[in-house]
Amino acid sequence: MRPSHYIILYNIRISDQRGKKYTMLEVKDLHVTVGGRRILQGINLTINAGETVVLFGPNGSGKTSLLMTIMGMPEYTLTKGKILFKGQDITEAPSYERARLGIGMSFQRPPTIHGLKTRRLVALCARNKAVDIDSLAETVNFRDQLDRDINAGFSGGEIKRSELLQIMAQQPDLLLFDEPESGVDLDNMALVGQSIQSLLDRDRSTTAGLIITHTGYILDYIKADQGYILFDGTLRCRENPRLILEHIRSKGYSECVRCLQEAKVS
Amino acid sequence: MSGTQFTRFFFDGLTPEKITDLANLDPKDRDRMLMAGVDTDEAGHSATFLHLDHGGVYCNSMQDGLEILDTKDALEKYNGLPDYFWKLADPDQDDFTRKAFATLQGGYFVRADRGVKIRKPVQSCLFMKADHVGQSVHNIVIVEENAEVHIITGCATSRPVQHGMHIGISEFYVKKGARLTFTMVHNWGENVVVRPRSVGVVEEGGVFLNNYIMLNPVQSLQMYPTLYLNGRGARCRFNSVMVAPQGSYIDVGNRIILNAPDTRAEIISRSITTGGTMFVRGLIQGNAVPSRGHLECKGLILGKGIIHAIPELEGRAEGIELSHEAAVGKIAQEEIEYLMARGLDEEEATSTIVRGFLNVDIIGLPEQLKNTLDSMIDQLRHEKSAA
Repeated sequence: MRPSHYIILYNIRISDQRGKKYTMLEVKDLHVTVGGRRILQGINLTINAGETVVLFGPNGSGKTSLLMTIMGMPEYTLTKGKILFKGQDITEAPSYERARLGIGMSFQRPPTIHGLKTRRLVALCARNKAVDIDSLAETVNFRDQLDRDINAGFSGGEIKRSELLQIMAQQPDLLLFDEPESGVDLDNMALVGQSIQSLLDRDRSTTAGLIITHTGYILDYIKADQGYILFDGTLRCRENPRLILEHIRSKGYSECVRCLQEAKVS
Repeated sequence: MSGTQFTRFFFDGLTPEKITDLANLDPKDRDRMLMAGVDTDEAGHSATFLHLDHGGVYCNSMQDGLEILDTKDALEKYNGLPDYFWKLADPDQDDFTRKAFATLQGGYFVRADRGVKIRKPVQSCLFMKADHVGQSVHNIVIVEENAEVHIITGCATSRPVQHGMHIGISEFYVKKGARLTFTMVHNWGENVVVRPRSVGVVEEGGVFLNNYIMLNPVQSLQMYPTLYLNGRGARCRFNSVMVAPQGSYIDVGNRIILNAPDTRAEIISRSITTGGTMFVRGLIQGNAVPSRGHLECKGLILGKGIIHAIPELEGRAEGIELSHEAAVGKIAQEEIEYLMARGLDEEEATSTIVRGFLNVDIIGLPEQLKNTLDSMIDQLRHEKSAA
């Protein structure tokens, strides 16, 4: 592990030299419980600016919990470890502060808020930034849904596009996507994939992504640098994400689990 | 509350002089009127009526086919309006109707002529300025066959803490194929007692859309307007948005009687208490088939306060379709957390959700009134955070 002063020095450097790669996110020995149940048990993860990291893993392995914890959702109790964002310790920061610092998350199952129009929420996400909501919505084929109550009766694919639209308005530096492709029909898949990539490309030097994928379809559209399998609450098998995907596709998650369990025993 | 209360208020002796130009009104009073949806700049309206304390002071129609008069003048002009005056409302209903029957100060008489479709809303204001004023008005609205009109009526006091009592009788006649949108905004004071008594009738193919908005304190408000859908295919919708702060006692409901085939009724209410007591009622009675009615009543308790929701359905014919849904609850934590993850702090998230809760789709509300409502909801948020 780097000594802590290293981060501080590094931070000063990046403020002086824009365009140079720096550490966007550093998760150190993260232990998390939900409702008393241990979910994450010693996660270590570093994501540099310009990098996109992909998380694989069987259902219930804790992928969503990791994203939720980075976002600062209160249900996820951190029992040990630290989260640093651009060198700043945000372990104790509430979610809205993290959002304002530049972390944005696309949720799997966001709640319906009656009476809150999607258009209004997108405007709130933009905060002080000037955004053209209609043309932004056009890019994810969501213009016709702008005047619907947020998430009210949305299909799985509509939820994904609505979440993406909110993030596009928010323009965060660290993008957290929880299965952005699930439920999205084939017509909209390319749209969603390309929109995510263009968000990541917005400014390569100040943007990074952490993406959960179960099926891996999203890899057809985005440039991913690093892949992991989340298993038993820890990150395993750091590899080229395409290799991991190929492996899972040909052998299935069950083989993957068997191999990981074997590795644990030995 | 009984009639003995009447002695606390002056029901005569405060007949003000006529006003020729609304611009001459006290700017503070103009602001209070604006908060009740009444704009003294008349450009966006087809007619304006103003009743101050015990008498009508201003009455101006800018539209052909739209008649607006002080009810007293209308009674004189039309020989006592035998077909309309006290024809639906019963003077013997209670102490307040008896008081109104005995004490007529004025009110508005609005008539849209046959087939006339009036695009700009008519605005009317019943304003209480003197302390301990007792106001008693009688309003009559007639929408002739195939006519269309939107009336915005704002009730307000000149100072938020003034004592007063308001009794308002309203009778609505929506004739064949006619359409009435009636938006009532209340902006009373903490020590004001309010007793509206309204009855309406809708004939064949007529439509009555009623919006009621009350976001500011009142001491005590009780009303239960009744609407009869008497003609085949008549429709109505009642939207109510109400907030009861600490000290407010509100007992409000709507009663709709489906007396003809193919009639449809909808009652939608959103209530918030921030410390006050609310009874939110609703009754749809179906006497003819086919007909349909739906009642939706949602309440939110923010802090202290009581919401007692009483939705009632009464089917009196085979084949009737009546339904209701009622809920009294709190803001879901999950919704707050979702918005906080988008960068809103807890207070911003809460007020955004409250605003959404109150955002029933009020039909045809002018932009300016919407903005007024927005600022009132904002104010509500500040009051809540101050408390």
